[in-house]
Amino acid sequence: MYDITIIGGGVTGCFIARQLCRYDLEVVLIEKNYDVANETTKANSGIIHSGYDARPGTLKAKLNTLGNPMFDEICSELGVPLKRIGSLTIAKTNKEMGTLKKLYERGCTNGIPQLSLIDADVVRRIEPNIHHQVKGALLAETAGIVDPFCLTIALAENASDNGTEVKLETRIVGIDREKDGYLLTTDGGSIRSRYVISCAGVYAEEINDLLTPSHFKIAPRKGDYVVFDKKTGGLVNHVIFQCPSEKGKGVLVTPTVHGNLLVGPDSEVVKCKDDVSTTRSGLDEILATSAKSVEGIPVGMAITNFSGLRATPDTGDFIIEELKGHKGFINVAGIESPGLTASPAIADYVIEILKSSGLDLKTKADFNPIREPIAEFIELSDEEKSTLIKANPLYGRVICRCENITEGEIVDSIRRNVGARSVDGVKRRVRAGMGRCQGGFCAPRIIEILARELQKNACQILKDEKDSYILSGGI
Amino acid sequence: MTTYKKACYDLVVIGGGPAGLAAAIEAKKNGIHHILLLERDRELGGILQQCIHNGFGIHVFKKELTGPEYAENFIDELRDLGIEYKLDTMVLGVHENKTVEAVNPQEGLLSIQAKAVVLAMGCRERTRGALNIPGSRPAGIFTAGTAQRLVNIEGYMVGKKAVILGSGDIGLIMARRMTLEGAKVEAVVEMMPYPGGLNRNIVQCLDDFDIPLLLSHTVVNVYGRNRLEGVDIMKVDKDRQVIPGTQRRIECDTMLLSVGLIPENELSVDCGIKLDAVTQGPIVDNSMETSAEGVFACGNVVHVHDLVDFVTEESRRAGRSAVDYIQRKTTATGVKIKVVPGETVRYVVPQLVNLDGPDMDFEFFLRSRDVHDRASLVISLDGQKIKTIRKRYLVPGEMQHIKLKRKALPVCSGGSTLSISIV
Repeated sequence: MYDITIIGGGVTGCFIARQLCRYDLEVVLIEKNYDVANETTKANSGIIHSGYDARPGTLKAKLNTLGNPMFDEICSELGVPLKRIGSLTIAKTNKEMGTLKKLYERGCTNGIPQLSLIDADVVRRIEPNIHHQVKGALLAETAGIVDPFCLTIALAENASDNGTEVKLETRIVGIDREKDGYLLTTDGGSIRSRYVISCAGVYAEEINDLLTPSHFKIAPRKGDYVVFDKKTGGLVNHVIFQCPSEKGKGVLVTPTVHGNLLVGPDSEVVKCKDDVSTTRSGLDEILATSAKSVEGIPVGMAITNFSGLRATPDTGDFIIEELKGHKGFINVAGIESPGLTASPAIADYVIEILKSSGLDLKTKADFNPIREPIAEFIELSDEEKSTLIKANPLYGRVICRCENITEGEIVDSIRRNVGARSVDGVKRRVRAGMGRCQGGFCAPRIIEILARELQKNACQILKDEKDSYILSGGI
Repeated sequence: MTTYKKACYDLVVIGGGPAGLAAAIEAKKNGIHHILLLERDRELGGILQQCIHNGFGIHVFKKELTGPEYAENFIDELRDLGIEYKLDTMVLGVHENKTVEAVNPQEGLLSIQAKAVVLAMGCRERTRGALNIPGSRPAGIFTAGTAQRLVNIEGYMVGKKAVILGSGDIGLIMARRMTLEGAKVEAVVEMMPYPGGLNRNIVQCLDDFDIPLLLSHTVVNVYGRNRLEGVDIMKVDKDRQVIPGTQRRIECDTMLLSVGLIPENELSVDCGIKLDAVTQGPIVDNSMETSAEGVFACGNVVHVHDLVDFVTEESRRAGRSAVDYIQRKTTATGVKIKVVPGETVRYVVPQLVNLDGPDMDFEFFLRSRDVHDRASLVISLDGQKIKTIRKRYLVPGEMQHIKLKRKALPVCSGGSTLSISIV
């Protein structure tokens, strides 16, 4: 009997697991995919929003405002890079200047610090490549960027280090009420748990339906992105948002925390909850739209494109509550933007719900909040590099030439708790294969290292999810 | 604590593929003894080691060799000459003062001071991402060279039913290789109205195996959640725009991309070396010296070659020039004039020639922009025609190699420009 079962290994589920692992509880996190962070979490903008945008009084606004300042401590504990580069929301017309003023005021209502309206000269000084028609901008200095999958993997790892059980490739197929909790039937046996927290992303409605018909609907809303070569990361210094209008929020242009340039997303309500294909029209649209905010989008320097699904609720706000009539079953649903930013505050909010539902929380004496980051060889000083290679010569072997990732880093990413098991799992943890050659040179070496470390045959090594085999057999 | 293991050499060669091997050997034969070659892979020979087909060496050895055989000739010679090399060694930086920083597991960080440097890092393949092809992102999409490595070196098949996008030489070679290993190659899809690779590869790798070559077609979508399940192709018009109504699905579990090679010049750029926007390789003169004094470049890092034989010749030149530089201790003096691509020529290498250097003949490599039937290559100096070379057939996929005698050049000054056009 577990005290708590968390359904879903996205950023929300992993944040809750990490915040709960400081208490003396039996917690299990269930994830249907081959790795954590492998749906909505892996395909979003990676923005820590300042919080001026959400409608005052909503959970989105409240948890965004609370969540944003929590990132410094958590990222430092988990060894996850965070850059508070600030955001600029740009205006090109007088009407848009008016909208910015309203957004500024909304930000003040939401309690957002370090917000200011700046004129065109200042915008151009801090963003030389901004579109020539820009008349002014709303500067939000507290906005930042993180790597959403790095963060989520680190959360899962730290939770696991502190005793949380992480069950991957486990799908919930039934939920039944029992006297003192819930019986969860999975495709790999059943689980009994006093509390259930559903963080199932686009599938939150389906999970709720297993217990009782949902009172909300989650529509998957797709967004395409294009990533550009690191050579182009310096095109902008801030997260550049377009002025929201009745047509939508536009697309953003931002450096990533690793120094690439990212543009996207568009917004398309789709039917299928597991189709994350990009489309020609989507890619063309974001490239064309991004060119309206920044001059010189380097279309020819794209290195990859991807698409993600937002879990858009029909309620317009996050749904975070104990399900009425089902004590101990908590929905954390509809976590669309600013979900990533809000995620640490969502975790705290959920803990409050658990407390008020009667869960007794005793702090664990040996809780270790620190997760040692995987050494980033190329970012180290010469002395550090040298020491590392002496201690472990694998750090002297560069496997990914584009990002300069060593075998030492790759092996570390595999051997950790909730470690990499697939080529993309390695990529998301240490960036090997994420550079301009997109794994052309290093993929065969990474397959070999994974096979060696996991004691598998190379043909069993997957690209990402189940059935994504890379090699079809021996010669 | 000593962080770097320090060393000094006359010449450091970066890259142990055909270009680096030939440059190092030639330098040794010309009287420089203290040479170090650095290779990031586990063995010498570069991409030749995975090119197990024949067709290499027709110019250099006057016979057809396989890639590994061609490489072995040079590797043996390098070893016989006692040239020092380090495998498994990644160069992290090249500085203008010709220090080379590198790392390997055995020795850790290395800082090597050289009197001259030869850049021979080769090239990488263009990827799906660079083409921005939409669709899903399943397993089963490989660049042709990666697939070639997996099949020929690692010994694994990459799929059973393939579509090849792009008709570059590696793609054509892999169409045949996959077929020989029992896979079905459904089609080679090429956006241009003419193939990207050598004609001999079209004949020997596609025609002989009844593999369809679909010119003026491209892949517009990719399907499959986990493993590739199919691609949609469409016909394109002369402006390379897709023609509505021509879309059709080809079921396949594998797509190989052979859509171009890009010289690997991250180290060169960090060293401040100027690149040619078209070749994406360093701008070089006829001694293969880059814009950084005493730093030479050769092979696919300069421009992508079709034939390794030409890489060898170009690299020998770079090796000899590095020796000249080391012995002279200064950059070559003399008047340098620009060489530019004229009408319908995509690029010319070298981009500069030194009129007062030791060369009695100037050699140029160039590629045509379009397909020409019975055309002439015209070399002009400041608009004045000085030489015409007739060609039966010119295609972008076949690099042209032409020579101009030094004495055929009229007297000219540093401001002059040599241009090569196709008429």
